[in-house]
Amino acid sequence: MSLEDFRKEVIDFIEANCAESMRQPMVKESDTYWGGRNATFQNEDQERWFTAMAERGWTTPTWPKEYGGGGLSKAEAKILKQEMDKRKCRPPLLSFGIWMLGPALLQFGSEEQRQQYLPDIIQGKTRWCQGYSEPGAGSDLAGLQTSAISDGDHYIVNGQKVWTSYGDKADMIFALVRTDQSVKKQMGITFLLVDMDTEGVSTQPIKLISGKSPFCETFFDNVRVPKANVIGEENAGWTVAKYLLTHERSAISSAVDADMLTPLSYYAKNSIGVDETGVLKDSILRSDIVEWEIDAAAFKFTLERINEEMKAGQAIGAKSSFMKYYGSELNKRKYELRLQVEGADGLVWDGERTNEGKVARQFCRTKGNSIEGGTSEVQLNIISKHILGLPS
Amino acid sequence: MAYVLTEEQQMLSDSARDLFKAAPVALVRELRDQDNEVGYSQDLWKEMVEMGLNGLLVSEENGGMDFGWRGMGVILEECGRTLSNSPVLTTAVAAHIIDRYGSEEQKAMLTEIITGGKSITIALRSTSRMSADECIVTADGDHYLLSGTKQMVANANTADYILLSALSDGVEQYYLIENSDAVQVETERYMDSRMYSRLSFDSVKLSQSALVGVAKAQRAIATTLISGLNALLSAELLGLMTEAFERTVGYLKERRQFGVLIGSFQALQHRAADLYSEIELVKSIVIKALDALDDGDPIATAYCSMAKAKASKIAQLATNEGVQMYGGIGMTDDEEIGFFMKRARVAAEQFGSMSYHADRFARLSSY
Ligand SMILES: Cc1cc2nc3c(=O)[nH]c(=O)nc-3n(C[C@H](O)[C@H](O)[C@H](O)COP(=O)(O)OP(=O)(O)OC[C@H]3O[C@@H](n4cnc5c(N)ncnc54)[C@H](O)[C@@H]3O)c2cc1C
Repeated sequence: MSLEDFRKEVIDFIEANCAESMRQPMVKESDTYWGGRNATFQNEDQERWFTAMAERGWTTPTWPKEYGGGGLSKAEAKILKQEMDKRKCRPPLLSFGIWMLGPALLQFGSEEQRQQYLPDIIQGKTRWCQGYSEPGAGSDLAGLQTSAISDGDHYIVNGQKVWTSYGDKADMIFALVRTDQSVKKQMGITFLLVDMDTEGVSTQPIKLISGKSPFCETFFDNVRVPKANVIGEENAGWTVAKYLLTHERSAISSAVDADMLTPLSYYAKNSIGVDETGVLKDSILRSDIVEWEIDAAAFKFTLERINEEMKAGQAIGAKSSFMKYYGSELNKRKYELRLQVEGADGLVWDGERTNEGKVARQFCRTKGNSIEGGTSEVQLNIISKHILGLPS
Repeated sequence: MAYVLTEEQQMLSDSARDLFKAAPVALVRELRDQDNEVGYSQDLWKEMVEMGLNGLLVSEENGGMDFGWRGMGVILEECGRTLSNSPVLTTAVAAHIIDRYGSEEQKAMLTEIITGGKSITIALRSTSRMSADECIVTADGDHYLLSGTKQMVANANTADYILLSALSDGVEQYYLIENSDAVQVETERYMDSRMYSRLSFDSVKLSQSALVGVAKAQRAIATTLISGLNALLSAELLGLMTEAFERTVGYLKERRQFGVLIGSFQALQHRAADLYSEIELVKSIVIKALDALDDGDPIATAYCSMAKAKASKIAQLATNEGVQMYGGIGMTDDEEIGFFMKRARVAAEQFGSMSYHADRFARLSSY
């Protein structure tokens, strides 16, 4: 099929399956669909859009067909994204499985593991969470202490993870555990998949400054995990962990990109108004908005460019640190401006009129963008060392 | 259009890089120190003409190479790396306007421009703020009379022709005129060691054939000139900041203090990494602007202004960081990093300042 025919097919498909309500900004928690064993759909429109996308494997457009992915070429996937963006379609499925675990399984998983886990990610049947950070191991992730002691064909896992996003809602966790205490810290880490229903796993939600609590402390108390759940080799988990992080970082920057479909100036015009020549009435804020919008567009083009420059299948590596750094700082700048744009209305915390203080809470949430997935400072360290080659 | 260069464009880029190797920053210094009145190397200009660079934006039908804006951008990027001055920017863009809109008589001039090395300078609105034109054209029998002034006209002291805008009954029109004795040219050396002139016209007689393009085309000419010149200046600034940045990072890996390389200090590492990120953005928006011009996409107008605003800003940052990270030596005339800073400031003002272009972008986005 030619790309032009493909584009036509995509447009027809979207028109047929993506209802108008699925083309509105996601405001409430239930507007997003995360899948999983206990998931329910908000309404029929959401179910129809998700089901149609999942049937084609378009929840993961470029993943191989053999696991149920879309099997699209890069050019086709770009068309799909363009047409979805143009119509402001909501993503049919949000998923740590798609953004993080899947790419790691494709790279390091055994054939059996791929067959076991990938289809359920694509079909939204399993919801995953990430067990990396610990109270004593944040930026210094390799210092993690959660231990996994060998016991026949199982490990016994003990320890604590923290900041586990959606730990209380997830079915499975991909966790980093220490399997060797005696070697250099990076060398004794194993990448392990654990079912959250296993006895001894418990979670405790933590409230964020946004007033919401999507993240948790996660405790492991003598949890028995089959050794078959190791991805890659025992004690070789650091390589998998780092590879996964590069995908997490590009996913964070793409999410920022997706959130920019409505320009800041649109909100500003609505709340501040324009003079008789069509110029925004607040000239000082206007120049900040202009600067931001130029940066946002240039950033979007840069994501496209990096995507194009990468040969198919090539790892993105340290470039993902640049994308994550810039994207998350850009998003923070956006919400600083958004607050100023909205004025008093942007400060409301509760009530239906403001969708439960959507802007104020989102503003608070963006502060985490430059912390989650590795802080901005850590990304700058990586750029300095691995892209610029500066000495340590 | 793609972000990655085609094979043909890559070859052009390689040969431009070879060409400008012969014109390093040292040459800029030499011309300055000699008080050279021309302000650029005429030998290099000859070689550029031989390469056909003046015809890069001209159709093959009229003797050009039709490499498009992206191809021309590749040349300007290389000029930026070595700070090489020449009339190529304005000559090539003016040749493009003649090719697209000129009369048969004007098109006939293209040969001497492309192969003969005649140069054209361009004088848009009066200042870098691009406020209303101060030049006025009135009809006088079968002639026009041109009066008014222009500022910051690059290489006007050596240019053979001037492509300029002037108001005729309040409407902006474009004229191609000979740089004759009737034009008063006061030339000064600017901070970037290049020569710029103030032009005064006191009832200068123009023949009717000086008008470029039909009345309907004047707006399109204005847009193409403002957008195209600024997209290319952005490409020059991209080359300039990339080179300044690479030199700075090189210095961080070479200079020792406190017994270690200064590049091991995190305070400098983070600033370098941030600058790297900003330059990545400039690269993308410059490519996007040039490609949009090649595609004839109306969005080009916005992209070109975005590119100029962003490139000017980051060129400022890159050269400031360069001087600072070089330390005391960065403040000396002996070290070349200062030349990059000076050129960056002048390029940012040419054909519309950073704030003019930021404003232009906002208006185009209807706010
Ligand atoms: C909203 C949110 C969601 C998250 N979700 C998850 C999740 O699902 N799973 C998970 O495992 N983790 C998650 N995290 C945790 C996140 O990865 C860590 O918070 C992050 O890696 C930083 O670690 P830390 O909080 O211990 O901060 P610290 O490492 O203690 O950092 C404190 C400060 O010191 C700076 N710093 C530290 N080291 C350096 C250095 N070498 N050079 C310069 N500065 C340095 C940091 O940049 C930071 O400013 C989440 C975090 C947030 C905010």
